[in-house]
Amino acid sequence: MSTEIEYTSREMMAVAAAREIRDGDIVFCGTGISMLAAMAAKHISAPNSVIFFETGAIDSQLEEVPLAVGDPRVMFATSVNGGLADAFATMQNRFTGRQVVGIMGAAQIDIYGNLNSTVIGDYHHPTVRFSGSGGACDVASFVSRTIIFMQHAKRKFVPKLDYLTSPGWLDGPDGRKKAGLPDGGPSCVITNMAIMGFDPETKRMVLNGCFQGVRKEDILDNMGFAVDTSQATQIKPPSAEELSILRDKCDPQRLILG
Amino acid sequence: MNVNSNKRMSLSDAVSRFVSDGAHISIGGFTINRNPMAAVYEIIRQKKRHLHLYAHSNGQGVDELIGAGCVDQLEIAYAGSGRFASTCIRFRKAVESGQLPVEDYSNYQMTLRFMAGAMGVPFLPTRSSLGSDLVNRWGFSQTARQANARVPDRKLVVMDNPFDGWCDTERVVLVPAINPDVTIIHVQAADRQGTARISGLPFADVEQAKAARHLIVTCETLVDDDLLRGAPERNQIPFFNVDAVVHVPMGAWPTACYRYYDYDPTRLYQYRDAALDDDRYQAYLEKEVFSSHNHEEMLARIDDRQLEKIKADPRTGYAVGLDRR
Repeated sequence: MSTEIEYTSREMMAVAAAREIRDGDIVFCGTGISMLAAMAAKHISAPNSVIFFETGAIDSQLEEVPLAVGDPRVMFATSVNGGLADAFATMQNRFTGRQVVGIMGAAQIDIYGNLNSTVIGDYHHPTVRFSGSGGACDVASFVSRTIIFMQHAKRKFVPKLDYLTSPGWLDGPDGRKKAGLPDGGPSCVITNMAIMGFDPETKRMVLNGCFQGVRKEDILDNMGFAVDTSQATQIKPPSAEELSILRDKCDPQRLILG
Repeated sequence: MNVNSNKRMSLSDAVSRFVSDGAHISIGGFTINRNPMAAVYEIIRQKKRHLHLYAHSNGQGVDELIGAGCVDQLEIAYAGSGRFASTCIRFRKAVESGQLPVEDYSNYQMTLRFMAGAMGVPFLPTRSSLGSDLVNRWGFSQTARQANARVPDRKLVVMDNPFDGWCDTERVVLVPAINPDVTIIHVQAADRQGTARISGLPFADVEQAKAARHLIVTCETLVDDDLLRGAPERNQIPFFNVDAVVHVPMGAWPTACYRYYDYDPTRLYQYRDAALDDDRYQAYLEKEVFSSHNHEEMLARIDDRQLEKIKADPRTGYAVGLDRR
């Protein structure tokens, strides 16, 4: 008799990201699924993590899910409501910045975890124009660790970005140092199919683990470049408790879960 | 610098006096919060043209100014309105059709640029964007920059740390100061001399306000003289920075104003729907903006129940349980 619980890939992604957040982390959140992950982490594994927004809100008490980082919901019962200048300084700061984990998304990613959220096509005559960096480039430049959300698709995992908005490992293990960036960089990429990591030596993307029911071939078929899949494991599906936190406590209106 | 004791004026006077065609301007707020929307609609009504607009992430207001054809050049970090438009729709159309030259920076860089302008220094340094295309790709060409005295010849400058590795830093990015002709912000409270108080998050409004030659403050509540001076530690804008004080209740609508009202999902979804189609957008501009004489008249056409729903709850400062689907 099967007792398997049904869940969507968005729910799996949010839970996977929540599990990456450690107790005591200062979590920089963007819009969408990253906020859900941060909210869920506080209830699951990291009760002492701090939710922090580029708009300046520090330790927001999120009783409802914000729909933008400028949402009034991020302003409620914070420790401090600073401004943009404070928020980015906290990440650039040599002491506090080390404790920040950034969660971000993008339109394109390359094998070194560099991100494009600016244009598809030529920068001066784009086929598609996106929102642009916002705080993404700042976060990717400053903080010690980033978690990236992506949809697994060939047009998104590309050999060469149309525009490099946010620096990952740039061109390899010494890339950031050569450019003059602080230590740090992407730690994992959570997709609708898998969790990707980065080889500690080469900083090239690898497959860390597949979600339930996904084969390695399916993952490679949805990427524009090859990655090492030899160390990949099976990722534990969300537990009943994790799902109930996500659905009942974090997003009962399913504004982000869909 | 303006030390007059009473700067109160109508929005139409403030806009016609301080926003001229071709002006370099910035507006306060962030994505769907505390944009000075009443002033944005007045700029559209007065058909201001050729504006050079500076923004960090001022979503809704930026998109409406672009959509109405007021903006010739844009320097920006982020054009999005959260769930209502992950990329602002009229912005996207204008850029993709080649009508709007854009220079991209990051949010921190734009904040530092306003801060430099407010401080009176030509640039400020950051470690952000090294190795990225924000450094390598320029939206405005060097030739275009050299031909325009109002923008610096270079987008930014990468420089070795002149203090030789001090603070474990080898290199920095210098971003140039911005001094807009006029900044417009919407605040919760101001007095008629111009002292102003923002509740919730100030975003980069204070830096934007102090960087500008002229400053228009629109406010939810116009308070009696000296009231704000009873708790000066809660005020952010000193009166002498301010040139015009305009009392506009619901002046940030349809964006939010903390402790007064939430963003208006009904209106923002209607806007989204109109913005997606050129004909529907023209109809939106005619019906909603041009055919009303001012913000009050625009609001009077909105169903009271819709506005009642977004009223802020006194405990949280936003509309608890608001249907945002």
